[in-house]
Amino acid sequence: MAQIHIDKESYDVKNGKNLLETCLSLGYQLPYFCWHPALNSVGACRQCAIKVFKDEKDTRGRIVMACVEPVSDGLHLSVADPEASAFRSQNIEWLMTNHPHDCAVCDEGGSCHLQDMTVMTGHAYRRFQYPKRTHHNQYLGPLVHHEMNRCIQCYRCVRFYKDYAGGKDLDVFAAHDHVYFGRAKEGILESEFSGNLAEVCPTGVFTDKTLHTHYTRKWDLTMAPSVCQHCSLGCNIIAGERYGSLRSITNRYHEAVNGYFLCDRGRYGYEFVNHPSRIQHPNVRGRQVSGKELYTTLQDLLTSKNWIGVGSPRASLEANFALRKLVGDQNFYQGVSKVEADLLQRILHMTHSGQIHQPSLQEIEQADLVLILGEDPTHSAPRMALSIRQAVRNIPLQQTASTHIPAWHDVAQREYIQDTKGPLYIAYPVASKLDELASYTLHDHPDVLAAFGFDLAQAIGDDPLGDQNEPTLLRNIAEALLKAERPLIVTGTSLISHNILEAAWAIAMALKHQNKNASLSFILPSCNSAGLAYMEAEPLEVLMKSAKQNGISGAIVLENDLYRHYDALELDQFFESLEDIIVLDHLEQPTTAQATVTLPAATFAETSGTLVNNEGRVQSFYQVYMPKNEDIRPSWQWLTELYQIKIGLTPDLLYPSTPLLEELAASLPQFAGIGAHAPTFGLNGQKIPREPHRYSGRTAMLAHIAVSEPRPDQDELSPFSFTMEGSRGFPPPPLTPYYWSPGWNSNQALNKYQIEVGGALAGRHAEVNLFAMASTIPYPTKKGGVNQSQSVIQNATTHTFELLPITHIFGSEELSGYGDAISKLAPAPYFAINKQEASRLSLQPGVDIHLRIGKQTYPLTVQIGQELPAGCAAIPYNIPPLTGITWPAQGTLIPTTP
Amino acid sequence: MEKPLTQYINPNRPALHLKEYERVGGYSALRKALTMAPKDITNMVQEADLKGRGGAGFNTGMKWSFVPMDPDIGTKYLIANADEMEPGTFKDRLLMEGNPHQLIEGMIIAAYAIQANVSFIFLRWAYKKAARLLEQAIAEAYDAGYLGRPMGSTGYQLHLHLHTGVGRYICGEETALLNALEGKRATPRLKPPFPQISGLFGRPTIVNNVETLCNVPHIVNNGPDWFKALSNSGDAGTKLYGVSGRVKTPGIWELPLGTPMDQLLEDHAGGMQDGYRFRGALPGGASTDFLVTEHLKINLDYKSVASAGSRLGTGTMVVLDDRTCPVGFVHNLEHFFAQESCGWCSPCREGLPWTEKILRSIEDGRGTIQDLEILEQHTIQLGPGRTFCALAPGAMEPLQSALKYFREDFESHISQKKCPWR
Repeated sequence: MAQIHIDKESYDVKNGKNLLETCLSLGYQLPYFCWHPALNSVGACRQCAIKVFKDEKDTRGRIVMACVEPVSDGLHLSVADPEASAFRSQNIEWLMTNHPHDCAVCDEGGSCHLQDMTVMTGHAYRRFQYPKRTHHNQYLGPLVHHEMNRCIQCYRCVRFYKDYAGGKDLDVFAAHDHVYFGRAKEGILESEFSGNLAEVCPTGVFTDKTLHTHYTRKWDLTMAPSVCQHCSLGCNIIAGERYGSLRSITNRYHEAVNGYFLCDRGRYGYEFVNHPSRIQHPNVRGRQVSGKELYTTLQDLLTSKNWIGVGSPRASLEANFALRKLVGDQNFYQGVSKVEADLLQRILHMTHSGQIHQPSLQEIEQADLVLILGEDPTHSAPRMALSIRQAVRNIPLQQTASTHIPAWHDVAQREYIQDTKGPLYIAYPVASKLDELASYTLHDHPDVLAAFGFDLAQAIGDDPLGDQNEPTLLRNIAEALLKAERPLIVTGTSLISHNILEAAWAIAMALKHQNKNASLSFILPSCNSAGLAYMEAEPLEVLMKSAKQNGISGAIVLENDLYRHYDALELDQFFESLEDIIVLDHLEQPTTAQATVTLPAATFAETSGTLVNNEGRVQSFYQVYMPKNEDIRPSWQWLTELYQIKIGLTPDLLYPSTPLLEELAASLPQFAGIGAHAPTFGLNGQKIPREPHRYSGRTAMLAHIAVSEPRPDQDELSPFSFTMEGSRGFPPPPLTPYYWSPGWNSNQALNKYQIEVGGALAGRHAEVNLFAMASTIPYPTKKGGVNQSQSVIQNATTHTFELLPITHIFGSEELSGYGDAISKLAPAPYFAINKQEASRLSLQPGVDIHLRIGKQTYPLTVQIGQELPAGCAAIPYNIPPLTGITWPAQGTLIPTTP
Repeated sequence: MEKPLTQYINPNRPALHLKEYERVGGYSALRKALTMAPKDITNMVQEADLKGRGGAGFNTGMKWSFVPMDPDIGTKYLIANADEMEPGTFKDRLLMEGNPHQLIEGMIIAAYAIQANVSFIFLRWAYKKAARLLEQAIAEAYDAGYLGRPMGSTGYQLHLHLHTGVGRYICGEETALLNALEGKRATPRLKPPFPQISGLFGRPTIVNNVETLCNVPHIVNNGPDWFKALSNSGDAGTKLYGVSGRVKTPGIWELPLGTPMDQLLEDHAGGMQDGYRFRGALPGGASTDFLVTEHLKINLDYKSVASAGSRLGTGTMVVLDDRTCPVGFVHNLEHFFAQESCGWCSPCREGLPWTEKILRSIEDGRGTIQDLEILEQHTIQLGPGRTFCALAPGAMEPLQSALKYFREDFESHISQKKCPWR
């Protein structure tokens, strides 16, 4: 601790920080641009000028930039000093000489850090009499909009994009007052994290292009805290709505999960909510049915048939449990294939054992060694890849300790460590973006990767530190793992390989036997894979079998396209064997096409729900808005109504969701205590408003229909109000719908919600983690069968290949794939083999071929994947039409008729 | 009067090649240095009070003494800053074109003193002749075993590379130079850490001006007392003084540090050309404050020039005469500085073009009295500590002193709505 004196007030503050973060944490209004809590200080913008004094007698002092000045004991400084304050205002005037006066038509307006800082310094009138410099803007792809004239050259964009996220194609060009931030040539930004530019940019140079198509000011959005639905990490997001459509996703800070950044799938995946093929009305056998008729029909159906329910890894715990309750636990099935269910079951057994720690993303960022076995996190859990990119800097950064380079001194740290990287080992069939950081990469068949893992575990067990023999690669890696203080192993389900999982487990356990506590992170297929797997249900294979045996006549499918998980021909037969199929989902998709009854299900933006992420963390997303179409209802509500109809009650539309979670905890002990993950009440006895107090047009927006303002929607189920009414203040983190503080209209108002700027959010309650609870709660005895070996094609015939599923950030995840922007970025279905195989078959890259997998034939384009082993071909995982493939799979090239 | 730096430079004869240089005692200082402990050379240079000749005037030996000397520290670098781009400055050019081996010898000794094994000359893009001569000299030094091979019993060896820049003023700033040498954008770095701790590629590095390094062999050969005795002032050694502008014999001379300004102008530069009167001079390149008639008697050493309100800088004077518009003169300079701003920090990037535009508009007869107020504010707000590096504060030095000494000229532009010289 150090004592510092700011404008005669004394404070005890932390050593090792710079004065800007210190002043901000103390609540001083000190403007800044180039500094960012995650990107640290470079001292470029000169906005955070303060005055420091030699001692308390010094009255002249000198102007310094707070962001590059360390805290020191006994320091006297002034924020209010007239000279410092005049300089801050002058600095804004300089920035404004070239900044256009286009706030009224700028997408950043109202959530603009530059606006806030300008007002903060008091600069108002223009003295600069000359023309402003102008730039050409670039097309940067479907996600990010570019408007260079607004640039104030804070360099944050390139520092995030290049330095932090490892991007290569955004840079700064030219010099003096013509510096230009963009690409060498127009084109789609290549980074998976490009959308963060819109949040990192303090003004409107980089903005959300999807928001642009249905633009709304931040103050006009109805917002709720939400959780990303597009991978298993559970990044926290803020979702905003206006006029009944979801307008944007922005980052919601969680110090242990996503921090300040999201991936592009998470930020832009929301577009499916507004998709034209949303199911709008209940439909019974091709006829739109509603009201009493619907209930009578459903009542007839429910009472006359033998129903089973198919759950979903992308539906909430509440919805899955409501289905389970409706059909009974024996009739509830996981809506995933056996191989996926078995993998998850095995992972849950591993996590349940309590042997190995499952790290948060924050902990991943702290790792000093990373071993990735059978995953490409950039595609399967993108935000984790960003954390790994930070983790590889930890070892080199340790060396800066002797130089007294402070932790916040970004440029000096990067300069000092240059391109040195900490240990990162990657084993994955094809080259991945993280390979550029890796100390060692192994590209091969999943079983070879697993064998490498087992050998490594063996080498660790042999204690290489005490071994006098010639060092080998394996022993070197084993040694590095044993030497690391915070080793991390990343694995997961992407390659659909038990051997991979077991190998990762073996490594972690081998380390444990050597008294080394490694973390083991599992990347799972979907946002609620863990939650669904915890519900102990049988997979689709078992359902198919029992459907034939037990005379099932009806199936209720919850928010799931089974054709994504299971063989299409078998599913067709299955659906044909049934009399009735009820499907609840958001969008028209192959499974809804088989339905006799479709019920429009609310999306994550239209209802609340709870998910379990890959580390067992229980998090809720909250309803953002009430769909204007009353036929769109939350699945849990439809299912509860169906339950009520089934047991002969009158459906109650306001059945709250909380009791479902409580019932779940009561009926499955592994969920005990789950309801405590977030507060269920508002602030000061009032609701928390979803709308900012500047929300405009409330009395006018429906005036073309009726001039009197309609009664606003009432929210009986959540701690939120749908309007501006309620208690604002600082809600607890899981319930913070947006960031705002007086003078801070942009997302950087977040500073005010943290205990310390850049650190933990204030007021966080204890969170619930199912994996952490696991070791104390008896785990169900039902055990998934584990495939110990996979079939490997030993003798590749000339035209048959073993197929390897390659996950892609854009396209492999179902819902985000429906979005306009993301669908443009998804790869066209390909068939990748190595050069030798291609030349053996005389196949050129870019040539169209037909591949038969099982009984289906798919048109694909040839690509070269040089690292692929002979006899293996890579195909994109779960990108239509390559869905529902039974893994492990092989494919045979079909000669095309000219 | 001894002229150690330029004694073997004859503008009418080619530069000394290696054999000639050795014949007049070249590389004897290196041989002597190799018998000394590195630390002793640093102490000797520190004691000689060799001040950095690039403009800042920091004690060279002290700068070297901050380099970590732990034998396990790894790669270290020595760099000659030959990016001479200060307007009005052409002294290093003379040294490199006139006697390249003197620089190379100085560099090897300096590198030995800090135990650096790799060195670079960062040369201004436009110095084509110097580049050619340096390349030849470096090749000769490699052939003769002064470079690239272990020398004598010490086993010490140095590699030297010539790097030609692409013509950016900011590359003369030592940390921007390091970034440029690394292939990065030439923006300055935030200090600390200083290059002595984290310099080129994050390694301990010394960057010295060409003239500074050229002094080193002579100090090693003749000792600190000799070096101090060369001077007329409290600052040791000789200095290359230059004069440009409308004087009768513009040129460059090696003179004792502290030579009086009038002596330089009259005795060496031959006084003003007929029909021109002296109005002022920038004593140390474009980024120093004007000195005017009242200052003609001062001695040109670091302290005396500073107490007259300017800086000795590079010691190369630009003279303003009475038939040249001071506003146009300053506008020209600010145009240069605005263009050469690297674009990293806001005040310099945005403030300098503003001052340039105002000066242009005053010069064109469109200026207002409020413009002078804005210019004056800039001279304060672009001061040291407020900007990231010294470029903008340097750019404000001629402007602030012009506003002080030639204010009536600015005002007459405004009141007459035209430039009185046009």
